[in-house]
Amino acid sequence: MDELKEIIKNYVIKEYLEPDSDPIDYDTPLISGGIVDSFSMVSLKRFLENKYNIQIPDDQATPEAFDSVNKIADLVRRFVKV
Amino acid sequence: MTHFGNYEERVKNFSWAISEQELGYKPGQVINIGWYCSDRICQQGKADKVALIWEGFTGEKKIFTYNDIRLYSNTFAKFITDLGIKAGERICLFMDRVPELYIGFVGILKTGAIVQPLFSAFGEESLFVRLENAETTAIFTQKKHVSKVRKIRDKLPHLKHIIIVDYDGKAPLQEREVAFSMENSEKVEHYDIYPTTAESPSVLHYTSGTTGMPKGVQHVHYSLISQYLTAKWVLDLHDDDIYWCTADPGWVTGTSYGIIGPFSLGVTQCVLDSGFSAEAWYRFIEKNRVTVWYSAPTAIRSLMKAGDEIIKKFDLSSLRHLASVGEPLNPEAVNWSIRVFGKPFHDTYWQTETGCIVITNFPGMPVKPGSMGRPFPGIIATILNPSNHEPYPEPGRIGLIGLKPGWPSMMRTYWNNEEAYKNKFRNGWYLTGDRARMDKDGYIWFVGRDDDVINTGGHLVSPFEVESALLEHPAVAESAVVSKPDPINMEVVKAFVTLKPGFTASKDLELDIMNFIRKKLSPLAMPQEIEFVDSLPKTRSGKIMRRILHAKEWGEEIGDTSTLENE
Repeated sequence: MDELKEIIKNYVIKEYLEPDSDPIDYDTPLISGGIVDSFSMVSLKRFLENKYNIQIPDDQATPEAFDSVNKIADLVRRFVKV
Repeated sequence: MTHFGNYEERVKNFSWAISEQELGYKPGQVINIGWYCSDRICQQGKADKVALIWEGFTGEKKIFTYNDIRLYSNTFAKFITDLGIKAGERICLFMDRVPELYIGFVGILKTGAIVQPLFSAFGEESLFVRLENAETTAIFTQKKHVSKVRKIRDKLPHLKHIIIVDYDGKAPLQEREVAFSMENSEKVEHYDIYPTTAESPSVLHYTSGTTGMPKGVQHVHYSLISQYLTAKWVLDLHDDDIYWCTADPGWVTGTSYGIIGPFSLGVTQCVLDSGFSAEAWYRFIEKNRVTVWYSAPTAIRSLMKAGDEIIKKFDLSSLRHLASVGEPLNPEAVNWSIRVFGKPFHDTYWQTETGCIVITNFPGMPVKPGSMGRPFPGIIATILNPSNHEPYPEPGRIGLIGLKPGWPSMMRTYWNNEEAYKNKFRNGWYLTGDRARMDKDGYIWFVGRDDDVINTGGHLVSPFEVESALLEHPAVAESAVVSKPDPINMEVVKAFVTLKPGFTASKDLELDIMNFIRKKLSPLAMPQEIEFVDSLPKTRSGKIMRRILHAKEWGEEIGDTSTLENE
């Protein structure tokens, strides 16, 4: 199991999903699927920056880069060795 | 050839009777928006014409003809009537952009009930205050959103019916809940549409002000007269157009021009129920051969950020007319669209209260990048001197945008708040709350808000509402909420916070407070930055001076500080 992906997935479930929502996996579309909108993306980005002590530049924090757990994990790995 | 033609000719010869005649409406007769958006189009021989092309985020696609809209809206209407809901009661639509949202809107209007659309990303507190204020009888929602309703239903004695449109039977229905499947219900060929008249209430949209709780802007069925004609003349909708309005019907653009305008004109429109991505949007335009595109500055700036290269991957040659609404469209965005699409975005200016576009750059007329354009014929707009609310006699002066009331889609009141409604008028003018100047050609240029309301991504957020919610967080002692500049959303929410004893400022606490507001109110209201301070600037009488904090954020002069507590 990929720890980074699990942490991201669990955070998304805890913070952005309602109790009766369908389950998500690493490829579930988060932005295009309407689970995380562009405003909420700011708090998800902030979580990652706090958790891994990194700074994700705004020009890389795109809806495409945040559209699934897999894509977010790829983005985080660019800035920190997890 | 545009529908609009020559501005001076249109102004000279204008009467709202033009719209009444085109719609076949005579004053005093029955007028029901639901009928005009479905049955009437079918009676014009367009029953088999595509009304709605809907695509979900997974790529799932559904197509509805005007006859489908007629039948399914009848199905909605019969279901509502069978529940015992009467004309004038409020029915909330709390859904993503699924077909049931668009067709349910038409169906509710057919019953004579009042539609109350609410943005599905609202948190439980935002939802609660709006349902409580409207004393809403029923709410249509989806499984994914019903838990928010369950959390507040015990505090809402008027809410008798919670209707789930995609119930799958996996979990039992709870108190007051009922399942309704539009597509699996028996189609209703005939429904006796309620005989609403011009002043019958139709739509209740909530909007935020500087103080107090959100206000319900009440519109009437006669608003159709404005919405039909502005959709035709400003958006230049023709019979063969494929139209895409990117706004969510939780907000007024999504109903005035995402439902009423195009459907009353019998135009084909498409809906993409998906979060934003430049690639998905361009693909959607290409696939559906969109000709008229009505979007928002925030989306346009996000597309600019995605770059020009991505545009080359798509054939966007179908685009004929582009328009924008929600906040001022900056000149760079207009010039960018000329460069990449070969045509400008036309800025349009209006509000929840106005119900229709009131000032705009018209198709076929020169666009002045950065200007909101000129008043729509039949709308008298001026720049008022703030001190006496008299129009400035000469151009170039900065003042308040005032509108002479009386056009068909002007709000009729704020729900249960006549006092706030009356406060919107001075000296015979409706005050928009926006400051602007008019140039010598009659074009109007936005300068800023006249109050503390935050316009983020085209949506208004009340600093008072956010401050009130912040105080419910266990760590927050006091707060002040202002806007700060943002390259994409024009402005975003920023909060200044003092902490209660025992709490220490940290990045994790900041994130916790952000998420608290996001879930309680909405993602729009979530402060994108929280600054922890030891104290807030206050007057000697203890009132927090937001304007000082605002000025600092925007690099403006702080101004008079003589009443500041610590001066």
